[in-house]
Amino acid sequence: MSTQNRFDWLKAVQLGAIAGITGILISLVGMLQQFDSRDIIAGSLSMGWTMLFLTVIVASYFSAAHQPSKLLSIAASFVTGLVFGFVMCLLTYAVDTFDLRQTLVNASPALVKILTFEDGVPTGLVELVVTVTIAGVVGGVIYILPQRIRKAVSLGLTVMVFLGLMQQIIQVTLSNFPQVNSATAWMFGRGTQKGLSFNGAIVVFLVVTLSNLFWESNATKVNSQIQKMPENRQRSLRILGYGLLLLVVLYLPVLLGLYLTEVVNVTGLFILMGLGLNIVVGFAGLLDLGYVAFYAIGAYTVGVLTSVSGQLSTAFEWNFWWALPVCIFVCVMAGIVLGIPVLNMRGDYLAIVTLGFGEIIRILALSDFLKPHIGGSQGIVSIPPPDFFGVLLNKPQTLYYLIVAGCLLALFVSQRLRDSRLGRSWKAMREDEDVAQAMGINLVATKLLAFATGAAFSGLSGTILAIKLGTIYPHSFALLISINVLSLIIVGGMGSIPGVFIGGLLLAGLPELLREFSEYRLLIYGALLVVMMQVRPEGFWPEETHKREFHENEQVPTQEAA
Amino acid sequence: MALLEIDNIHTYYGNIHALKGISLNIEKGEIVTLIGANGAGKTTTLRTISGLLKPREGTVKLNGEDLAQYKAHEVVYKGISMVPEGRGVFARLTVTENLEMGAYSRSDKAEIQRNMERVFTLFPRLKERRTQVAGTLSGGEQQMVATGRALMASPSILLMDEPSMGLAPVLVELIFDIIQQINKEGTTILLVEQNALMALGIASRGYVLQTGQIVLSDSAENLKKNPTVQKAYLGME
Ligand SMILES: Nc1ncnc2c1ncn2[C@@H]1O[C@H](COP(=O)(O)OP(=O)(O)OP(=O)(O)O)[C@@H](O)[C@H]1O
Ligand SMILES: [Mg+2]
Repeated sequence: MSTQNRFDWLKAVQLGAIAGITGILISLVGMLQQFDSRDIIAGSLSMGWTMLFLTVIVASYFSAAHQPSKLLSIAASFVTGLVFGFVMCLLTYAVDTFDLRQTLVNASPALVKILTFEDGVPTGLVELVVTVTIAGVVGGVIYILPQRIRKAVSLGLTVMVFLGLMQQIIQVTLSNFPQVNSATAWMFGRGTQKGLSFNGAIVVFLVVTLSNLFWESNATKVNSQIQKMPENRQRSLRILGYGLLLLVVLYLPVLLGLYLTEVVNVTGLFILMGLGLNIVVGFAGLLDLGYVAFYAIGAYTVGVLTSVSGQLSTAFEWNFWWALPVCIFVCVMAGIVLGIPVLNMRGDYLAIVTLGFGEIIRILALSDFLKPHIGGSQGIVSIPPPDFFGVLLNKPQTLYYLIVAGCLLALFVSQRLRDSRLGRSWKAMREDEDVAQAMGINLVATKLLAFATGAAFSGLSGTILAIKLGTIYPHSFALLISINVLSLIIVGGMGSIPGVFIGGLLLAGLPELLREFSEYRLLIYGALLVVMMQVRPEGFWPEETHKREFHENEQVPTQEAA
Repeated sequence: MALLEIDNIHTYYGNIHALKGISLNIEKGEIVTLIGANGAGKTTTLRTISGLLKPREGTVKLNGEDLAQYKAHEVVYKGISMVPEGRGVFARLTVTENLEMGAYSRSDKAEIQRNMERVFTLFPRLKERRTQVAGTLSGGEQQMVATGRALMASPSILLMDEPSMGLAPVLVELIFDIIQQINKEGTTILLVEQNALMALGIASRGYVLQTGQIVLSDSAENLKKNPTVQKAYLGME
């Protein structure tokens, strides 16, 4: 094609314009202003500007990728950056000149101040264009770097931004360790919300980038050396590795302190649910949108069985450890009971009906009819924390161990099931129900087992939630939870077990850390999902067979062609 | 006693009366073909035999045993295996994984291994492509996977639904050669085909199905000579 060797103006301008629209959106919904109050690098780079930079860098990276030569790539990234700058300029000018605040609350002088580096129109406009154009060229430069270096640099930048973002939490956590006081003081900006210090940022970037480069260039050597070791040495090395990992996991709450442990706990509960839904949706291909029902059933069962409030008509006041197996059993039964009516449904029908189930359970919990038994809208209070050999599990640091145990159990069960005969029949059923049946797979049992296992994991998660909060209300079990869990599976990679952990960290852990911006949580979620579906539909850590689905055309047969 | 005896079956899709009293017999070791135009009910017949559809009336007997008592997934344990219409390979699983799924009803490891070898001998092409994802195979190769997968269950009777569909003439010939070979090794075959000429070439007997009813049944030789068959299915005037 003739366009193949020519500079692709259209693409460069188009991407610049798309970035510009994104920039306008970020500015006008108020994200820029709110995020500007936080610094990634103290005094030099705010979080709001980081978002703008990220937008233009990503756009110019892709614009560079569409060009035939390196030189043209840089030129294209320059153009993209310039277009972006121009659009942002127009926005700034418009906001500065006309009073748009009647309709757009965020189109305020404060916005102009941020976008013009407090220098106002017109001086600031020049600065604005120059700055974002440079950022655009940076995107182009990142593109033409050799892949290994590009990866290392991106990682370095990501870690830097992340550390800057988490400065407050990290500093509070590290204050438990006075030994490193002077180092943290040097690394981070002073006071709250101040991010990394300038020196700190550079050091973090360099250390991460260089160590990644070093590791990448030596990884194969290290691996082959391990391969060469005798079998028993390899085994003991592996055991040592797992042992170290276990030690870290066990020691983590001490390291993290109260707040971060709480974040880990919330993430853990989502991961536990994710592992369950991963079996239903990822392994067996049954799109279940009412998954929160089992979370609720688990929580309510433990509530009814152990609550000591005296407000319910029947007081069991059981010990938690007695109630736990009963809860799991109830959830398994619920999974089967809710599974039976949908045995013959597929795809979208299944999704709609399960969605209905989720709502039915929530509305039942709210109903006056069941109020004497499960508390109606007032929920169930006074669920006592369990006692584990004299240790009361009432603090995040102690509950942590219960959650880790639950996750490990679910992880183990998931892994074993995936590689089992049942796991294979789930896979076959997901591909083609009729043919699977003709191969001898009992569809009824296979489906119900998927629902039951998924329900058990979710129920366990709900049980822990109940004792963690001590109280449960119907509104804790909204549809949004099902959607969150489903999203985390999609982001991680359907059917992939490590993917559930990645998805959990990204979609449950990170938002928990960035609570102050929770207003924008769903917006970012949505954007992330759209981008994922475009760029990496198989998820961050895809399972083998799903990767195949999305990259069918690119597949190269491993055996030589006949 | 015939290996497979089908007596007067009526199968419905809701109110649609798809099979209106079909009877046919297959002796052990035979290749029998069932030919008919689009929508005649050929696939419906095979799905009824393999238990995916339940007849409202009539019986399907294997070795004299009525199959009505078995669920769809149990029929394969009785020795009936199907190569579905349009192949129906598990698109995202590899060739080997597809074959392993075919052996789902088998528990004897040595037997499974033997069957795998057998399939790879019949289809050397599959051996070369065993790690490839079935969805990316060519149509002919997918047909081989579907056939091999059905053989993995060590069936006594193999039901094949239009194996020649959409294949180039050379490949059709290859597949038909292999059908004959499978038959020689002791598997009875019920072959559904629109390609009547080829099917009657390798079958010993044939049935002609028209709008849910058997209108003709005879030896393959006679059917080939039958003027109605020649006109309707062999494209001769
Ligand atoms: N799932 C279904 N629901 C309703 N009617 C069906 C269904 N499947 C098949 N039929 C009808 O039953 C009749 C027989 O269909 P069948 O698929 O058995 O035909 P066939 O002989 O295999 O045709 P072809 O050669 O095109 O595959 C047709 O009239 C068809 O429309
Ligand atoms: Mg058919």
